[in-house]
Amino acid sequence: MSAISIGENQIEISDDCSLCGICVDACEFGALSLPEVAKGPVEDLLSYRGVWVYAEWRQGKVHNVSHELLSVGRLLADKRGVELGAVLLGSNIDDEACRELISYGAEVVYVVDRPELGNFTDERYSKCVVELVNRKRPEILLAGATSIGRSFIPRVAALLRTGLTADCTHLDIGDDGLLLQTRPAFGGNVMATIICPNRRPQMATVRPKVMKPVKKEVKQGRIERMELPDGCFEARVEVLEVIEEQDQTAKLTEADVIVSGGRGLRNGDNFSIIAELAALLGGAVGASRGAVEDGWMAPSHQVGQTGRTVAPTLYMAVGISGAVQHLVGMQGSQVIVAVNKDPHAPIFDVATYGVVADLFEFIPAFVRRIKRERGV
Amino acid sequence: MHIVVCIKQVPDTKNVRIDPDTHTLVRQGVESIINPFDMFAMEAALKCKDQSGARVTVITMGPPQACEALRDTLGLGADDAVLLSDRAFAGSDTWATATTLAAAIRKIGDVDMIVCGKQAVDGDTAQVGPEMAALLDIPYATFVKKIEMEPNGSLRVVRQTDEGVEVWKLRLPALVTVIKEIGDPRVPSLRHKMRAKKTQIPVWGVADLDLDPDRTGLCGSFTQVVHVFSPPRRSSRIQLEGSTENQAEQLFQYLKKSGIPGL
Ligand SMILES: Cc1cc2nc3c(=O)[nH]c(=O)nc-3n(C[C@H](O)[C@H](O)[C@H](O)COP(=O)(O)OP(=O)(O)OC[C@H]3O[C@@H](n4cnc5c(N)ncnc54)[C@H](O)[C@@H]3O)c2cc1C
Ligand SMILES: Nc1ncnc2c1ncn2[C@@H]1O[C@H](COP(=O)(O)O)[C@@H](O)[C@H]1O
Repeated sequence: MSAISIGENQIEISDDCSLCGICVDACEFGALSLPEVAKGPVEDLLSYRGVWVYAEWRQGKVHNVSHELLSVGRLLADKRGVELGAVLLGSNIDDEACRELISYGAEVVYVVDRPELGNFTDERYSKCVVELVNRKRPEILLAGATSIGRSFIPRVAALLRTGLTADCTHLDIGDDGLLLQTRPAFGGNVMATIICPNRRPQMATVRPKVMKPVKKEVKQGRIERMELPDGCFEARVEVLEVIEEQDQTAKLTEADVIVSGGRGLRNGDNFSIIAELAALLGGAVGASRGAVEDGWMAPSHQVGQTGRTVAPTLYMAVGISGAVQHLVGMQGSQVIVAVNKDPHAPIFDVATYGVVADLFEFIPAFVRRIKRERGV
Repeated sequence: MHIVVCIKQVPDTKNVRIDPDTHTLVRQGVESIINPFDMFAMEAALKCKDQSGARVTVITMGPPQACEALRDTLGLGADDAVLLSDRAFAGSDTWATATTLAAAIRKIGDVDMIVCGKQAVDGDTAQVGPEMAALLDIPYATFVKKIEMEPNGSLRVVRQTDEGVEVWKLRLPALVTVIKEIGDPRVPSLRHKMRAKKTQIPVWGVADLDLDPDRTGLCGSFTQVVHVFSPPRRSSRIQLEGSTENQAEQLFQYLKKSGIPGL
């Protein structure tokens, strides 16, 4: 709070103030407040009703994150007493996929099925969602914080002139009926709860794998196939090629399990130890920047501040010291295993299970244990 | 070809922590750095400059001291820099930031390409780039790892997705947000640093940008932070003791119990 100083019987705020509002809560005397923000007309806000989930269609399948979102969307819609809808954009979408969304709690599925939507493009996808929102006016719109959601949802928010909170890890409805959007900031060192009081819809992207998908017993819902104006399908972008990563161990953001190696591996060839364990667990291979800088792994495997932010079910850090820049990229993982021969390595501060050992002995022993279980 | 790079000064995350007693951010003595992804954005723009002689202008919206960050980019080889600074910009959310940056781009005028970082490491939102492109009504590509200029006024980019990579062609003017794979940032050169020292960095405020103060800063922001707190502590760590075989056995049992897929 370096922007605040006490002058002669008066608080002075310098230009360094970022209006973050932290001082308002911290001041014991209630002496500080933020400027009033103008409110939009109230009637207009009330004309928006319902919770929507953007359901992600990839290669003929609905992505898991959409099921997670519908499950949390169901809770939000119940609290608000409104309908839960799903929006599905793509080409050749069968009713089967829509019924699946209904089984996760959607009461209505809006489908836009056009060849132009076969490949993802920000322009077309955002125009379609904006058109649907303008027609149906949902109060809340959620999407997965995936490479697709994080790319085009900001354009949707900007076109609708509404607020958007990225990468939420918790959602709830406040006493005043507003969506409470909680997300990590500063690489997970701080959590912030954010609201969007004066604009609709209230929009958030939600980190994959943090919400649990729950199937519903009652499966009643309608499927509405929507016709949108041709303008929605025009774009100044051409998708020339879509190359799917063949190497499953390289799909870091999708993986349930990531085994990462660092400088402790001593050389690039030794990454085969990591790769073997990752393959055994059906997971991906990550790396510290140390390992990437030494040329042992491609930059696309780097986890951390300047690499990928990941939050798998299991993250194993092997021979990684745990520099802050590494921690901010993985500390959202559910279970963290640290293997390091230095008992004081900072990686142990975030570990669920700590193994102080020589990785060249421990990892092969762990691999043998898994193989024994599987009888191979 | 005129390229604008948008950079942000961020606190060095190494030092950001929460005071356990007051639950507030401790920023005392925290140094500022240029957002690491924006250094990749600089590198992307300078690579284009190397190849095709493009002109590179760097802009940032921030407090007066952000001028230093701009000067650093001139030292890397940028041609011009503009600081967007005004008390009315304080407290901007991503929408208000994008509105201000878009106004500056309009004022600059002849811009062919805008390069942003994938995200700023203080907020991690990755929204400002796409929102700015939407406000300027130009196409964009996110998470770009390779940029090639095409002769016919378009751009060929390779972008990283969750599933693999995609090759896109964008009509200029366009915006890209870049990731690490674009290439490691170069080091400043003496020649550029000398020039940087002498370069005047103009400062534009609300009036220069023809912006309504109600649409900038806190007042122009649609989102409000209502609560800031420390993340819940992770349940305390379990240290696995004994021989290597023993440790392996324990880990195996623990992970199996936690229902880890693949075990
Ligand atoms: C702007 C900036 C951005 C950065 N971004 C990132 C980022 O995105 N991701 C990232 O990872 N880093 C990042 N870093 C770098 C980071 O600060 C560290 O330098 C890096 O993470 C160190 O990698 P490491 O842990 O592999 O290497 P080291 O720190 O050298 O650690 C190696 C570890 O291996 C252990 N070890 C050695 N031998 C064995 C053995 N036989 N068995 C078991 N353990 C062993 C050692 O005890 C040690 O703890 C960034 C830095 C900066 C300045
Ligand atoms: N205040 C700012 N000034 C200039 N550029 C910014 C600013 N904030 C964000 N950006 C740009 O937008 C990108 C994404 O930022 P963010 O949406 O905050 O994660 C950054 O990498 C910058 O290129």
